[in-house]
Amino acid sequence: MKGGDEEVATPAGPPQPLDWKFSQVFGERIAGEEIQEVDIISAIEFDKTGDHLATGDRGGRVVLFERTDAKDHGLSRRDLERTDYPISRHPEFRYKTEFQSHEPEFDYLKSLEIEEKINKIRWCQTANSALFLLSTNDKTIKFWKVQEKKIKKISKIIADPSKAVGNGNVASSSNSNSPKPFPTNGVSPDRSCNHLGNDISFPPGGLPSLCLPVVTSQETNLVARCRRVYGHAHDYHINSISNNSDGETFISADDLRINLWNLEISNQSFNIVDLKPANMEDLTEVITSAEFHPAHCNMLAYSSSKGSIRLIDLRQSALCDSHAKLFEESEAPGSRSFFTEIIASISDIKFAKDGRYILSRDYMTLKLWDINMDSGPVATFQVHEYLRPKLCDLYENDSIFDKFECCLSGDGLRVATGSYSNLFRVFGCAPESTEATTLEATKNPMRRQVQTPSRPSRSLNSITRVVRQAETLGVDANGNSLDFTTKLLHLAWHPTENLIACVAANSLYMYYA
Amino acid sequence: MSMIEEPLYPIAVLIDELKNEDIQLRLNSIRRLSTIARALGEERTRKELIPFLSENNDDDDEVLLAMAEELGVFIPYVGGVEYANVLLPPLETLCTVEETCVRDKAVESLCRIGAQMREQDLVEYFIPLVKRLAAGEWFTARVSSCGLFHIAYPSAPEALKTELRAIYSQLCQDDMPMVRRSAATNLGKFAATVEAPHLKVDIMSMFDDLTQDDQDSVRLLAVEGCAALGKLLEPQDCVAHILPVIVNFSQDKSWRVRYMVANQLYELCEAVGPEPTRSELVPAYVRLLRDNEAEVRIAAAGKVTKFCRILNPELAIQHILPCVKELSTDSSQHVRSALASVIMGMAPVLGKDATIEQLLPIFLSLLKDEFPDVRLNIISKLDQVNQVIGIDLLSQSLLPAIVELAEDRHWRVRLAIIEYIPLLASQLGVGFFDDKLGALCMQWLKDKVYSIRDAAANNVKRLAEEFGPDWAMQHIVPQVLDMINNPHYLYRMTILHAISLLAPVMGSDITCSKLLPVVINASKDRVPNIKFNVAKVLQSLIPIVDQSVVEKTIRPCLVELSEDPDVDVRFFATRALESCNQVMMS
Repeated sequence: MKGGDEEVATPAGPPQPLDWKFSQVFGERIAGEEIQEVDIISAIEFDKTGDHLATGDRGGRVVLFERTDAKDHGLSRRDLERTDYPISRHPEFRYKTEFQSHEPEFDYLKSLEIEEKINKIRWCQTANSALFLLSTNDKTIKFWKVQEKKIKKISKIIADPSKAVGNGNVASSSNSNSPKPFPTNGVSPDRSCNHLGNDISFPPGGLPSLCLPVVTSQETNLVARCRRVYGHAHDYHINSISNNSDGETFISADDLRINLWNLEISNQSFNIVDLKPANMEDLTEVITSAEFHPAHCNMLAYSSSKGSIRLIDLRQSALCDSHAKLFEESEAPGSRSFFTEIIASISDIKFAKDGRYILSRDYMTLKLWDINMDSGPVATFQVHEYLRPKLCDLYENDSIFDKFECCLSGDGLRVATGSYSNLFRVFGCAPESTEATTLEATKNPMRRQVQTPSRPSRSLNSITRVVRQAETLGVDANGNSLDFTTKLLHLAWHPTENLIACVAANSLYMYYA
Repeated sequence: MSMIEEPLYPIAVLIDELKNEDIQLRLNSIRRLSTIARALGEERTRKELIPFLSENNDDDDEVLLAMAEELGVFIPYVGGVEYANVLLPPLETLCTVEETCVRDKAVESLCRIGAQMREQDLVEYFIPLVKRLAAGEWFTARVSSCGLFHIAYPSAPEALKTELRAIYSQLCQDDMPMVRRSAATNLGKFAATVEAPHLKVDIMSMFDDLTQDDQDSVRLLAVEGCAALGKLLEPQDCVAHILPVIVNFSQDKSWRVRYMVANQLYELCEAVGPEPTRSELVPAYVRLLRDNEAEVRIAAAGKVTKFCRILNPELAIQHILPCVKELSTDSSQHVRSALASVIMGMAPVLGKDATIEQLLPIFLSLLKDEFPDVRLNIISKLDQVNQVIGIDLLSQSLLPAIVELAEDRHWRVRLAIIEYIPLLASQLGVGFFDDKLGALCMQWLKDKVYSIRDAAANNVKRLAEEFGPDWAMQHIVPQVLDMINNPHYLYRMTILHAISLLAPVMGSDITCSKLLPVVINASKDRVPNIKFNVAKVLQSLIPIVDQSVVEKTIRPCLVELSEDPDVDVRFFATRALESCNQVMMS
């Protein structure tokens, strides 16, 4: 629907590497500011149109952003094209609203604390300009409706015997079908003076003295209401939720099971995958991520800690323990080490928009799989190969278990994922593309220069430093300055445009190309 | 008007509360919308109240739901059928909201109103409304429109009918699966109003589209339409058009589709007639009974009796019975359970000889099933077999099954079998009961689980009802009363409860001579809980026994309890005394 794509697609050969520019930041930290744990963003998701963006944080809040530019040229695109604006056409967002989605809880039966941290957010089908989304913490999924509501200001009207004649006014004004039926009938101010006390003495006047309350205000505000709570279905921590293309069901996955829900029914779900062995000592792998196919309602994929992706067909059986397809990379002989299994664990999978490809992220690489080819990935991208010698350190400080997310561009030509030191990488995955860009989630390049003075300065103000791989990776690789505490785990690609939203601790950065 | 007697103020409040902050108050006002309308009068309801409600479309879903429901019965309040059209605008708005239950209710109310509207009004107001919704920008409106065509269509002029059919066909191919699902759900209803020639052409092509939809969820609903459509078509058309589809569906890749077929198949048999049933549907059904997916077998097994009723007995014995035998030893307990819940109904269909020869072994094996639900399901339908072959052949196996269930370690199982004891008693007769089951009924009164003791007390009452006071006097009452000396106060409490239930059944004489002394005795119990329960029981006995007994026996006992050191005992005793006084006054 939006024609932004043609700009970037070059007519022949692999597409040119994109030139990424800083667009926006929300919740930017000032130097030395301490990050509050609850403010750290833990989930991010664009809706299907790309007009909205949602983030969830460890404090259980969900924040919504809406696109500001789209609405303008959505209304009068032709005018805009004619006037030939020189100003940026890239998407810009503004804060829309926020609400408290989850609260910390305590499971008394199991003596377990349940964190309020939002693990995943998924947008549902919009209807009537009301936005719908699912949010989940470790245990409970909630279905939210965010909608504009009129603020009610009511002129009090209660039957008044003396005003029996005056009702004609109300009748005539409300009769007209104009959008503002009640505002200025001149009666309401009088009526608002009538107090309850007037009426306690039952008037003999009778029925014509009754009239309806008048709403005067036309102001609206956004209200988020929790419509349904899907709880008590997961013994382990929920790691994924995903909507089905049929618009009526979704799945939720924890470490060992995947459940299927109907959006309308919150007290019942169906278990479709169960990896739990009779004896927990026989457990060899856990589910790390699960997603529905974007178009085929019967197909879903889930990844495991052993580095495999299974595609299952819901049509085959009610309990889909046997997979339809298995995607696994056979390990190169002789390369096995203590860490092999740990770093093979897949932290995130995403279907490409067309449903043909699946992108997976393990600790060291991004892999792109063709669902028609289960012998191995069609492409593998090394995300931070320079860390390989440091796996021991990363294991010591548990960083090796960090769960990085990945994303694909709407056109399926590029993929992106995060790394440490607030870096993220974008790779071209079109055939013969060699695009491999490293970016840092910041808008102020000077801040990092203190730590790594050898880096060339590019002080384009308010533009993020775009670092080409060749220039700087070496620097990162040999410096001890690598900061394992600042990791960029969550990021999302706009569904139709080249815009990446990514999360550095409590800040949300957006870059466009 | 009848309203004049009603005080005005409450109505004024009711009206104001239509816009109150508190949702409960708004709901309350909406629920009494008819009162408001009567107070305003018909004309002002039309000119003020209805437009006011139309504006109120951003309220909470609960309020909108109530509004949608109320408007469905609002025709009398706007001045009768000739003004029914004023109710359409608010309901049209409600047809577009996001919440499914509100839309469904609005559609239901629109159908109700449309069914009463005059033909020219339907053409002038209702049909344009359907068209607007069908062309709605949001899928919610289009979903709702599908459920209105069957009301709009019959009164439309010929040209408009063609248009409506075209619109419906469009809805069957909508981008949104929700709309296609709604179109599939409502196709049967719409088809019932369409003339035969169009049925065969237009409707069947829509049906074909839906049966080939990519989305499982749409095809599922198309299956449901099969039976409805089949009944509308001539048998030969049904055989030509519907039968191949259903046979195809019965082999669909998706188990959910096959599951739906298994649920629906028997309905279609009637539509296609006996010959195609034998040649096509029986084999399809047999395939479903042997499906790989347990869920499909569950659905198929649950329809075995209904299916057999349609077939002649030979066909059932020849084709279905072998499958039933297999299912009785199915690996899935849920399949066996589904089978057990219906298999008893096959006895009347197959007749006495076939039942004894073929079904009885299956009953017996299911009665020994390891899964209690299976056994329970068999026992719960005992009466159906009893009519055909009598109970004697079964009773040998029945007793061990009942005893085992009665002692099952899951209390829910014990609870379930208690529920069936009165049924069993009536089927098995007094003799059998006295010998075998009486002891069990007493044993349940001493169960560790409260729900079981509670159900057991109720059971004792129902048995007394079934076999009469004389029998109860002999076989129940002494045993029950014996247990009042149980050392554990909770069991003594159960007996008190049982006494209060038995008393009305046993009548005044037995109550006074047998039950009341035991209760009075219990008022000396050392446990306060027993004492205040005595007070409660005594209160319940007041209406049963003679006035003189109340004064002579019950009242003194209550007076004593009302001076008990325990506050709860005093409370209940005082309450009971109050009802004593009331009875005396009246």
